[in-house]
Amino acid sequence: MSAREFNLDEIRKDFPILAQQVHGRALVFLDSAASAQKPRAVIEAMTHVMEAQYANVHRGLHWMSERTSDAYEAARDKVAAFLNARAREEIVFTRNATESINLVAYTYARTALRPGDAVVVSQMEHHANLVPWQILRDAHGVELRIAKITDAGEIDWESLESCFADGKVKLLACTHMSNVLGSYTPAERLAAFAHARGARILLDGCQAIVHRAVDVQAIDADFYVFSGHKLYGPTGIGVLYAKRELLDAMPPFMAGGEMIESVSYERATWAPPPHRFEAGTPAIIETIGLGAAIDYVRAIGFEAIAAHERALTEHGLKMLAGIEGVRVLGAAQDRGGVLSFTMPDAHAHDIATLLDRQGIAVRAGHHCAEPLMGRMGVSATARASFALYTTREEVDALGEGLLRIRRIFR
Amino acid sequence: MMSAAEELYQALIMERSKAPRFGGRPALFDAQGHGENAMCGDKVQVFWRRGGAVRHEAQGCAIMAASADLMAQAVAGKTPAQVAALRAAFDEMVASGEENPALGDLNALAGVARFRSRIRCARLPWVALDEALKEGQVHG
Repeated sequence: MSAREFNLDEIRKDFPILAQQVHGRALVFLDSAASAQKPRAVIEAMTHVMEAQYANVHRGLHWMSERTSDAYEAARDKVAAFLNARAREEIVFTRNATESINLVAYTYARTALRPGDAVVVSQMEHHANLVPWQILRDAHGVELRIAKITDAGEIDWESLESCFADGKVKLLACTHMSNVLGSYTPAERLAAFAHARGARILLDGCQAIVHRAVDVQAIDADFYVFSGHKLYGPTGIGVLYAKRELLDAMPPFMAGGEMIESVSYERATWAPPPHRFEAGTPAIIETIGLGAAIDYVRAIGFEAIAAHERALTEHGLKMLAGIEGVRVLGAAQDRGGVLSFTMPDAHAHDIATLLDRQGIAVRAGHHCAEPLMGRMGVSATARASFALYTTREEVDALGEGLLRIRRIFR
Repeated sequence: MMSAAEELYQALIMERSKAPRFGGRPALFDAQGHGENAMCGDKVQVFWRRGGAVRHEAQGCAIMAASADLMAQAVAGKTPAQVAALRAAFDEMVASGEENPALGDLNALAGVARFRSRIRCARLPWVALDEALKEGQVHG
C-alpha cells in the first residue's frame, strides 16, 4: 500500500474530536494509550453500515445479509494481512484483548496444560495478562511464575531463564509493549526462547500494534492479541490471532449460535475456527469499523508513524528531564511514546486534575498494572501517551502545565 | 485570574497536605479504620481515641491528605453521633459545592464538587473514620 504523505495538519483534520475544547481550552489529548480517538474514515464506515448496509451476518439468505457478511469477513482479511497471518482463519474476533487472553486461558490453557505445568508472565503485565492466569492457576492447578524486569523496564533474561529452568513452563504470556513504561519487548527473541524450551508464547500487543508493524510469522507468535479501540478503531472489537493448528485443537469458549456446525437436543458439533470462537451475533458494525481503522493506519504507514512518534518521545523525555524533580519510570533502550512519571509532593491525581483544567488529558493511577507500581516503588503515576495525531506543541503544553503545577506544590 | 483548579488547591489545602497537624500514628488509640482507593492507590489509616481525638496517616493526593487532616481537626472532641452528622453535612457539601457554616475549615474542600472524579478522594478519610468508629463501638 502506498503511503500517504505524513502531513500532521491534514491528519489532525481527520479526527473531528481534536477540534473540541475542554474547560474553555483546546483539547490536548495525551491519553491515547488508554483509548485512541477515531478518524472520520472509521466514523463514516460505521455510519455507512447502519445507514446503507446492515443485517445480521452469516444467516440471512437475503441481499442485505450477504453484503453485510462480506463486509464483516473483509475485515478479517484486513486484520490477517495487517498481522501477516498465514490464513484468515487464524483471526478470531473478540470484544477486546482482555477477552482474547481469557479465551486462550479458558480454552487452550485448560486443555493443553496439565496440573503441574507452569505459565510465565513478566512483572510489567497489564492486569488483563495477569489475572486470567491467576484464575487458571487456582482452577486448574497450574503454576504461575513471574519473570522479573530490570530497573530500566526491560526483560530480565536471567530471571526468565530461571523461570524456565525446570522444564515445567508451557506458556509464556508477555506484553509486546508496556502500557506503563513504554518498553517494547523483543518479541522474536522471546518467541524463540519459549519455543526452544517447549513452550508456546502469547503476546499482548495492545500498545505495540498501534506504533509499529507487527508480523506474527516473523515473530513466530503462537497467540497475539490486541484491541481495536487503541488502534483508532471502535470499542467492542478485539482480535485474537492464533496459529491454525492451535485453534483447531481448542474447544469453544462461549456457546450459542454461529459457533456450531450442527445441533440436536442431545449434542452439538463445533464449527471450524474462527467461527467456533465467535458465538452469537458478533460486533458487526465495530468489526467493519476496525477494518476501516486498519486501512487508515496502513495508508499513512508505520514508517512515518514511528518516525513521528519517535521524535515526540525524544522531545517529551527531554522536556520531562528539564523539570526539576520529575521522575520518569523506565529507561528501556527500545521505548515508545508512553511516558509515566511522578513529581515530588504532587500526587498523580493532583497532576491529572490540574492538567485537565488546562485542557490536557493524561491518565493517572496505577494503569491497571498495580503490581508493577510496587515493583517500580511508586503507588501511582501520571502518564502521557502519544499517538499519530499528537503534536510537538502539545508536548510543550504538557511541559508548561507541569511547571505550573510545580509552582503550586512548591 | 485563578482557575477553578488553582482555587481548589488553595493555601489551606496545600498547607495541610504538606504539613499535617494531626498526622502520625499515636501511641494510644481505641480503634482504627482504613480507607483505600483501588483506582489510584491512595491509602489512609485513621486512629480514634475515646473522647474524640483523631489522628491519621494519609498517603496519597493533596485532596485526600488535606481532607484527612481537616477532618481530624473538625471531629476533635465530638461524639460518634456528632461525627456522623458532620460526615453527612460534609458529603452533601462536596457533592453540591455549597459551603456550610457548620463545617468550618472543611469548607476549603467545597471546590471538589467541580471535580467529579476527586470527590471520593475527599471522602476517603471519612470512610476510614467510620470504620474506626464502628470498631470502637464493638470494643467500647
